[in-house]
Amino acid sequence: MTVQGWLQIAIILALVLVAAVPLGAYMARVFAGERTMLSALLAPVERVLYRLAGVDPAREQGALGYTLAMLAFNAAGVVLLYALLRLQGLLPFNPLGFAGVAPDLAFNTAVSFVTNTNWQAYGGETTMSLFSQMAGLTVQNFLSAATGLALAVALVRAFARSGAVTVGNFFVDMTRSVLYVLLPLAVVTALVQVAMGVPQTLGAATSATTLEGAQQVIAMGPVASQMAIKQLGTNGGGFFNVNAAHPFENPSPLSNALEIWQMLVISTALIFAFGRLIGDRRQARALVAAIGLILVAGIAITYWAEAAGTPSLVAAGIDPAGGNMEGKEVRFGLAASAMFAAVTTGLSDGGVNAMHGSFTPLGGMVPLFLIQLGEILPGGVGSGLYGLLVMAILAVFVAGLMVGRTPEYLGKKIEAKEVKMAMLAILILPTAILGFSGVAAVLPTALAGLGNAGPHGLSEILYAYSSAAGNNGSAFGGLSANSPWWNTTLGLAMLLGRFAYIVPMMAIAGSLAAKTRLTASTGTFPTHGPLFVGLMVGIILILGGLQFFPALALGPIAEQVQMLAGKTF
Amino acid sequence: MSTHTKATSGSAFASPELIGRAARDAVTKLNPVALMRNPVIFVTEIVAALVTVLFVRDVLVGNPLAFTGQIMAWLWFTVLFATFAEALAEGRGRAQADSLRRARTDTVAKRLRDPANRAAFDTVSALDLGIGDHVVVEAGDLIPGDGEIVEGIASVNEAAITGESAPVIRESGGDRSAVTGGTTVISDWLVVRITAAPGSSFLDRMIALVEGAERQKTPNELALSVLLVGMTLIFLIAVVSLAGLGRYAAADVPVPVLVALLVTLIPTTIGGLLSAIGIAGMDRLIRHNVLAMSGRAVEAAGDVDTLLLDKTGTITFGNRMASEIIPVPGVSEHEAALIAVQASLADETAEGRSILALARETHGITPETAALDGASFVAFSAASRLSGVDVDDRRLRKGAVDAIKRFVHSVDPHAATGITAFDAAVERIARSGGTPLGLAENGRLLGVIHLKDVVKPGIKERFAELRRMGIRTVMVTGDNPVTAAAIASEAGVDDFIAEATPQDKLAYIRTEQRQGRLVAMCGDGTNDAPALAQADVGVAMQSGTQAAREAGNMVDLDSDPTKLIEIVGIGKQLLMTRGALTTFSIANDVAKYFAIIPALFIAAIPELGLLNVMGLASPQSAILSAVIFNALIIVALIPLALRGVAYRPGEAGTVLARNLAIYGLGGLALPFIGIKLIDLALVAVGLA
Repeated sequence: MTVQGWLQIAIILALVLVAAVPLGAYMARVFAGERTMLSALLAPVERVLYRLAGVDPAREQGALGYTLAMLAFNAAGVVLLYALLRLQGLLPFNPLGFAGVAPDLAFNTAVSFVTNTNWQAYGGETTMSLFSQMAGLTVQNFLSAATGLALAVALVRAFARSGAVTVGNFFVDMTRSVLYVLLPLAVVTALVQVAMGVPQTLGAATSATTLEGAQQVIAMGPVASQMAIKQLGTNGGGFFNVNAAHPFENPSPLSNALEIWQMLVISTALIFAFGRLIGDRRQARALVAAIGLILVAGIAITYWAEAAGTPSLVAAGIDPAGGNMEGKEVRFGLAASAMFAAVTTGLSDGGVNAMHGSFTPLGGMVPLFLIQLGEILPGGVGSGLYGLLVMAILAVFVAGLMVGRTPEYLGKKIEAKEVKMAMLAILILPTAILGFSGVAAVLPTALAGLGNAGPHGLSEILYAYSSAAGNNGSAFGGLSANSPWWNTTLGLAMLLGRFAYIVPMMAIAGSLAAKTRLTASTGTFPTHGPLFVGLMVGIILILGGLQFFPALALGPIAEQVQMLAGKTF
Repeated sequence: MSTHTKATSGSAFASPELIGRAARDAVTKLNPVALMRNPVIFVTEIVAALVTVLFVRDVLVGNPLAFTGQIMAWLWFTVLFATFAEALAEGRGRAQADSLRRARTDTVAKRLRDPANRAAFDTVSALDLGIGDHVVVEAGDLIPGDGEIVEGIASVNEAAITGESAPVIRESGGDRSAVTGGTTVISDWLVVRITAAPGSSFLDRMIALVEGAERQKTPNELALSVLLVGMTLIFLIAVVSLAGLGRYAAADVPVPVLVALLVTLIPTTIGGLLSAIGIAGMDRLIRHNVLAMSGRAVEAAGDVDTLLLDKTGTITFGNRMASEIIPVPGVSEHEAALIAVQASLADETAEGRSILALARETHGITPETAALDGASFVAFSAASRLSGVDVDDRRLRKGAVDAIKRFVHSVDPHAATGITAFDAAVERIARSGGTPLGLAENGRLLGVIHLKDVVKPGIKERFAELRRMGIRTVMVTGDNPVTAAAIASEAGVDDFIAEATPQDKLAYIRTEQRQGRLVAMCGDGTNDAPALAQADVGVAMQSGTQAAREAGNMVDLDSDPTKLIEIVGIGKQLLMTRGALTTFSIANDVAKYFAIIPALFIAAIPELGLLNVMGLASPQSAILSAVIFNALIIVALIPLALRGVAYRPGEAGTVLARNLAIYGLGGLALPFIGIKLIDLALVAVGLA
């Protein structure tokens, strides 16, 4: 580890915070329906959209109506994207003449992009037409991120309101998310990325003569426009197969810093927006502190593990000072790769700039474990905040009883209904990850896709299902996932991880909205101080650790201790 | 009735009789149908049965038995310890129920044919009485059922209910008109209209309550159960999936070991103690002589934000006391004091006594030195509002200021009643919140006695304590706003309702509740009933009317309004105990993982021995130690569950930090030590 490496990490994190505070203030105004600096430009567009869609922006929905609208909208998204991918061969902007996508892969991909997972069982440049990339995948990149934002805002309103029956209008929140938050940021940062060397063209490919005199076809396309929203919307689905490790997706250390910033900025800003919307900004600062602590610890462990290298590398005569550079891009180095890995999994982005499967076992376990913690650090756009709030509800319930009162969070009493729904939501992740992994680990069809034997193979399985259920979408590497078993079960895991979580979460929103918001007294457990930060960190780590420790012990932990003992696979 | 004395819980807990009975009950409670109410322990029982089946198979096939046998035994112990905890908690209530039941034995009732004629009655069994029947109860009779006195006045021994043997007066009309079945009339007679059907009387409800027969899960208990079920499901998934993951790693885990892992991970500690904590909370109230009609009320007590406290008896002593005697010019202090004493010689009220006490203290005047020969005493009457003494032609009087002026005027129409100094003293006393009492001899005003409401010592500190816990105190008084404000500031309450009518109380409670606050109050009169019903915690005095007792959700058998503060403490302690043991239970799992996970896989992946941080002797001893620790911790924590965690009022942040340190960090660390010690012991005795 170097001072320079740590400085890189610190500067990027600082830049995120500097931008997230004002962006949060702006987003709070957007979701409160107030005028913003972009209103003059966008409000007329917004009004036209509502008129076209026949939406009355003044009519709010209850939690149930909101959820049903969201489900219907996303179901339509899956069907449309599936159809588009299957019919790709008949559609325009297909310069390389790709045929329609196979049914299981089309299902997997449609679900993947609608659920904000962006798990890619295909290589983009060899499977998808430009039309599929632009009209299918990039559109869903916007819509899935906007869905997350809308849901989170609905939950925040449930906390902020008192004795309310409605939590907002789904279509209004969607429209505002896309129009006021995602589009402006995407347009601006895409242009910056183009300036940094990311291509944006409708031309398909260019060919070059290599030094050996061979002909190489270099795939291109509208990369920058997809890149920007892929990072901003914590989608992570790359234009190219190797994602952000590809020089066209991520040309330089500077673009790498920008991409990490893009991933973090909206989710972090949303927490600050939450603080403003509930009228207590200290609450937001406490949550940011809690997740910041875990995220920085995750970055540190990965960085340390990668910098420490492995005994086998030393045995092979490689200078141990260089650390474990396998699977990493030289232009990024250890620090930026470690940070990217922790951030992309602490969030639910899933873009990668290095191969997590080639990390040391411990270094690779961190991204895996961060996904399993529920992707709340600070998590996907929207999904991170609502996941974090569900976790806060549980933390307050367990420990809050110890002050001798029915636990309250943000002035809302946490009772049986909320706990029941929070537990239902929490159950989804272990059920999908451990349930599917337990079966896949003994199923020959599934095992056929593994790239490695031993504990590393198990890590591949665990990572795949964690990535899918956590709606992360990053791949560990090594697993050949484009087969009916993997496409189908991973697709199911993605659906469960997204919607089976959202439904109970929205039930909590409905129940909380209806409750009276109580004013805090000195007898109320304060949820803005260091004690609460410590409690949140403890609950997140213990709850996550308890669920996944046995599985991790057999995967990365076993691999690490065996590696130290000189055993490889 | 000794069970109603406020015995400390420690001694009752250890009674061998109770433990023996609880041990027997613990076995009956193994019935899976009954155990389904407790999902965590139910799951434990199911898997214990599963291991038993495997054990029997091993016996038949001739496999080695020691390990599976021990696991099986400790799993059953885990279930038994949990049912034992509940049985023990119930047992303590049941002992009380038994003594209550003795008061309910076949009572004979004298049912009147005509309510107006108490001479004509039929003798029937109390069980045949219906609502609306009239009965006559005479000296020596047991009152056959709950009812309202329609005629008569009598002294009644209510020891069967309250444990207090001093008789109380019950009479028709007013706030003392309720009688309770099972109590005894000692003198005189009463005609009672029965208001409760047999089987649903106060005594019956009380028995059911202390026995826990009507126990239903309270809202918070329900929420906690849901959490525990969720945790159980999570660990079920983790353990079941381990069967597949283990096979992949060529580390097939035998079923008894998987079961051992499951049982140590699911929250058996809090699951096993949860109902005991709830029962013990009710029991603690009963020890304070408070009957909660539902567990919900006990929980609500912990959540209370606003306490409505009656001034008299709670904040101040029940009676006003003389604090100074102010003479008018021309009268010496000693003379005024002497006459005040003489006017009070026959005054048996607390106010009169306090005048004697004051005079002795300040002027050394005793009743003996002040004694008058041939005096005839004039008792206080509501009409004259004066009392005093006539001796020869001297007529000494004390009383309300306007009454004393009228008296002076009546004796001597030309007397000067408008003495400035007198009026100034009266004015000053009234402004300070006191009550002025005029003093006169014949046609001459002598001075003013200052009667003062004396705030109980220490009450201000308690209110400050409550404020730190976020609880507002509101004083309710019939005094005028000036007096009320003076006492309120002296007692340090946050707010007061002066000249309070029952409607005022009700309105105040509603306003507080609209702002999302929970309100507790106590009351005894029929006109308190609406407010008692409206309050989230309404404590009715046992001495109060039937209507008040029906409206409240708690009854204080001691009729002591100060109890409200204790009740809040008990409610808080109940919730704290649940939270503390839940946190402890979850924190324990970390150490158990470090015991069991290396043990599970060490055969397949020897390098995982690195995780055996406790240095446990062998995989078998490690697994057994974790299971044994998991079972024993339930027993070890039974006293804590029954007694409740230490409760010291303070700000929420401070309380939480302390409890998190003890039960969170302690819960992380303790099992590492415990499991290691058990492992050492197992190796020492050669069981593993």
